[in-house]
Amino acid sequence: MSSSKNSGVGVAGYPAPVESAGQAGTVSHGLPGSALTRLGQDKLALLGLVIILAVVAVAVFAPYLAPNDPVKVDLAQRLAPPGAPYPLGTDHLGRCLLSRLIYGTRVSLATAALALSAIMLISIPLGTLAGYCGGRVDSLIMRVVDVLLAFPGLILALVIAGTLGPGLLNVMLALSLVWWVGYARVIRGMVLSVKEKEFVMAARACGTRELGIITRHILPNVLSPVIVLATLDMGKLILAISGLSFLGLGAQPPTPEWGGMLNDGRPYLQVAPQLMVYPGLCIMTVVLAFNLLGDGLRDALDPRGSTRISL
Amino acid sequence: MWRYVTKRLLYLVPVLFGVSIITFGLINLAPGDPAELILCSGGVEPTKEAVETLRAELGLNDPLYVQYGRWLGKAVHLDLGKSFRTGRPVAEEIFSRFPATLELACAAMAFMVCLALPAGILSALYRHAFLDHLSRFGALFGASLPGFWLGLMLIYFFAVKLGVLPVMGRGGLRHLVLPAVTLGFGLAAVYARILRAGMLEVLGQDYIRVARAKGLKEKWVIGRHALKNALLPAVTLLGMSCGHLLGGAVIVETIFAWPGVGKFAVDAIFNRDYPVIQGYAFFMAAVFVLVNLLVDISYVFLDPRIRLEGGNSR
Repeated sequence: MSSSKNSGVGVAGYPAPVESAGQAGTVSHGLPGSALTRLGQDKLALLGLVIILAVVAVAVFAPYLAPNDPVKVDLAQRLAPPGAPYPLGTDHLGRCLLSRLIYGTRVSLATAALALSAIMLISIPLGTLAGYCGGRVDSLIMRVVDVLLAFPGLILALVIAGTLGPGLLNVMLALSLVWWVGYARVIRGMVLSVKEKEFVMAARACGTRELGIITRHILPNVLSPVIVLATLDMGKLILAISGLSFLGLGAQPPTPEWGGMLNDGRPYLQVAPQLMVYPGLCIMTVVLAFNLLGDGLRDALDPRGSTRISL
Repeated sequence: MWRYVTKRLLYLVPVLFGVSIITFGLINLAPGDPAELILCSGGVEPTKEAVETLRAELGLNDPLYVQYGRWLGKAVHLDLGKSFRTGRPVAEEIFSRFPATLELACAAMAFMVCLALPAGILSALYRHAFLDHLSRFGALFGASLPGFWLGLMLIYFFAVKLGVLPVMGRGGLRHLVLPAVTLGFGLAAVYARILRAGMLEVLGQDYIRVARAKGLKEKWVIGRHALKNALLPAVTLLGMSCGHLLGGAVIVETIFAWPGVGKFAVDAIFNRDYPVIQGYAFFMAAVFVLVNLLVDISYVFLDPRIRLEGGNSR
């Protein structure tokens, strides 16, 4: 069922985040054809991709799909059971649960995507600098990384978000400040490997300036796999964002966000369990889809990896 | 080997120094004046003079590095300031609650071992059989399941519907079941897979074949020869899992009203009790660093290859 068998088929060699920093092998832009073929044969990875595409479509077309206004309060209809005009019932303020779930897709995906962009914006320059410059610059950046890794990730994100105050922006900021370290390490490892390649030496011999070497020769070879793999880390980010929102630090009322919706529904667990069940299922489905695709892609890129969690 | 241990201990100094800088810097992220926040915690709008007097008293008018030096000097003596809310020393508040968090983390770890160990071994022994697929399904869902949702669902089924287990607070073993399962389930899923991979690798080794050829009973081959070596990769991850447990404990303690440091920190965040938040971050980082150090050192004892490499490995 999976493509994770130790087939020993050619080595794509892009390192998976964190675990194989510094082992960048083949240098190419994007996914090599053999990896795409392997990915195409992994049914579970394809299932993950289909779910992700469906969720993105729901987020994009939310205004057309939602049967009601997700923030419209109707106290006369509070905690209404499923039925017309509220297919999944209403919450404690009489708001349509289905509409809030649909709009919540937007919030969850957008927040995770923005946080991921911020993580890339921090980790790419710092990881590249550390790998390319080496010496004191490398030491300095890596010591900062070591210090940040000394904190349990979620706890540091929690205290930063908590100190800054509740809000999605602060949650994104907190997660970005914590999450970039893993990527910086991976990027540094890849840059260290790529900068020793012959084409970089050739560029240097031709008199290309350092900045030109980094932007034209090193970054294109490092960025594609990192961005592909980072995108697939979205599942973990969505989990972290919804976790912080569940604690009341993320999305603030009336914004519909899955973690926040779970938090809002907690007091009504006995009388309206649907307020708990559906947002949780949404989070789990999306995270599962990203995990399936992520595992499939990692397998496709490195067929020798054997510790994936998949079916 | 002692060189390795000394090196790891020395490595702690700059890391903890960096941790202290970040922890100290946290208070400066907070919107508003700390002196004003302290005075506001009494519920009364303070006068400008009162704020100025308190600023001078707390040394907030000094340059940042002076303030940091003062804070660090106190922190090394475990003086992490006083809670804005309770007025009690932060270290005392944290130490009084840490046993509850430790109890929860240990119970979650025990649950994790009880689930992951048989699941990992059995799915390796019966590869591609029903048990293996079941364990794979469990691992996949475990990695995708939001812990807070699992906790709420467990409350719904076992406390609300069946009424067999208590939901809130700390008490006997029964109180520990739901929080420990919530916290340990995700980890159990991951460890089962790691153990399965380790077992599969070890079972293919020559020494296992030799052990079987000698006529050793299968339970001895598995228990004494295979499992011991298959556990090594899992041990390296225990340090990382400690961070997972401590982070996850925040949410689990909040759901189950477990009186640990995590819940205390969340309450402090909503009360804007910054010394507590600061103290919590510092304390948790110190615990995390220490556990990772212990795991690294224990690994040296468990794996002779590292011992033989001597001080060269980090």
